[in-house]
Amino acid sequence: MRFGTEIVLLSLFAFAALVAAGFGVDEAFRQHMWVLFFAVAGFTAILLRNTELKLAAPVDPSAYMDGPIRYGAIATMFWGIVGMLVGVVIALQLAYPHLNIEPWFNFGRLRPLHTSGVIFAFGGNALLCTSMYVVQRTCRARLFGGNLAWFVLWGYQLFIVMAATGYLLGITESREYAEPEWYVDIWLTIVWVAYLILFLGTILKRKEPHIYVANWFYLSFIVTIAMLHVVNNLSMPVSFLGSKSYSAFSGVQDALTQWWYGHNAVGFFLTAGFLGMMYYFVPKQANRPVYSYRLSIIHFWALIFLYIWAGPHHLHYTALPDWAQTLGMVFSVMLWMPSWGGMINGLMTLSGAWDKIRTDPIIRMMVAAVAFYGMSTFEGPMMSIKAVNSLSHYTDWTIGHVHSGALGWVGMISFGALYYMVPKLWNRERLYSMRLVTWHFWLATLGIVVYAAVMWVSGIMQGLMWREYDEQGFLVYSFAETVAAMHPYYVMRAAGGAMYLAGAALMAWNLTMTILGYQRKEQPLPGSAPAYQPAE
Amino acid sequence: MDYNLMREFADSWGLVAMALFFVGCIAFALRPGSKAHADHAAKIPLQDD
Repeated sequence: MRFGTEIVLLSLFAFAALVAAGFGVDEAFRQHMWVLFFAVAGFTAILLRNTELKLAAPVDPSAYMDGPIRYGAIATMFWGIVGMLVGVVIALQLAYPHLNIEPWFNFGRLRPLHTSGVIFAFGGNALLCTSMYVVQRTCRARLFGGNLAWFVLWGYQLFIVMAATGYLLGITESREYAEPEWYVDIWLTIVWVAYLILFLGTILKRKEPHIYVANWFYLSFIVTIAMLHVVNNLSMPVSFLGSKSYSAFSGVQDALTQWWYGHNAVGFFLTAGFLGMMYYFVPKQANRPVYSYRLSIIHFWALIFLYIWAGPHHLHYTALPDWAQTLGMVFSVMLWMPSWGGMINGLMTLSGAWDKIRTDPIIRMMVAAVAFYGMSTFEGPMMSIKAVNSLSHYTDWTIGHVHSGALGWVGMISFGALYYMVPKLWNRERLYSMRLVTWHFWLATLGIVVYAAVMWVSGIMQGLMWREYDEQGFLVYSFAETVAAMHPYYVMRAAGGAMYLAGAALMAWNLTMTILGYQRKEQPLPGSAPAYQPAE
Repeated sequence: MDYNLMREFADSWGLVAMALFFVGCIAFALRPGSKAHADHAAKIPLQDD
């Protein structure tokens, strides 16, 4: 019977959730278990409706397994829109506090929903589906482990649903980028180990003798995130039927653990994983090999060796020992070199084909992504220098920096990869519309420019106002005055974010129409038709 | 094993081992004759769809 084992196991899982909903010791946990029950029971019902009693058709072991990748691409689009929409909502909440709707939709609960939504739901699904796509095609091997890829895909969606609903219910560990409570953490650990087995298994059964560099980056992302996630979430639940747990660490050790996790989530989730994407999709879209393969290997090892030490720069001028702060700063500054090595490698892949930036909007998007990578990896080391940090820390400058990396680098390279991948996955001749890609590119780019520029001005103003003393040694501004001064910038920031969201909505429309098999009748972009060669 | 012991190990032998491994990786990537191998590897994504 198709899905036989799955249906039995899922029914038991749903029953366990129901029991936990009945016996939970706190109200939030009981509500959360009801969410889990309905999610798992609903999924079981879908499987039951699609089951049949005859044996499943045998699969061709030489064909690539693209089913989970298709769902992953759709999930990337969907969660991208959700996460960015929540981002615009909380930006407006900062500008207009009346938009805080208690208890579920106030800023404190929506903010982790936004960060997890864009990082783990949008970015995570983008990494999941592109890594499955890339590893098969560069190893020339079908995904390892039969239905394991489906488990990873749907297990990860369940993690997202549980994390997101938990935040809205007020369940949080209050650890930056790791807010889900202990039971959701355990579930993610199971899914992540399955992901590691899936990826490593596929590499081990490869037919291509060499492991292409993109897979190195993806593998380092999977391994490191497993390590970071487990250590950062070492905690003791108050009750095994309750939503509260306490960290195994205390005081400054806890703070350092959190930022060791937090910064390496940036380094290995938002950087290494997406560099894997860059090393496959930029050469594919440009139809040229990477500029220097040996530079990509040096890029890999230098990034791996340096990134892991940079976390303490989030704790400058705190109780963290001075030597650790200086260590974090020095490694952050050194990190500038591999980052720019990688950026140059990505950009120079286009050498000899620079005209494609003008004629191919997808290449333009990828090039903009790599350029933003270069910009934010220059800004980051600069901000990690203690003297600069004393002005920038805790201000909106940091928010601007994060978004130039996240919107510019992570977002744009993911959009580029989706635009490349979707027509191939559904066997479409081309995208629904190339002109919409151009619109998406300009909306996104201008949105980022507005966002980052506004946050620079607002952040530096904020930092300067905080440290302004009068001649008698008193602070000149109260905190509320600095908040009032930032109002116009908050409005402009929301406008920049809304432009970026509008671009992503155009992408969702474009890709949906592509998947449905439509092609828009439109004038081809200037220069995209082959130019006539002069007679010689 | 206490903190000081780990700290001493980390900033002596640990540091040397990691630095050597890193330098070894770079040297291996740039070893004579690696260019042809690297050029072949760079073409892997372009050979298949």
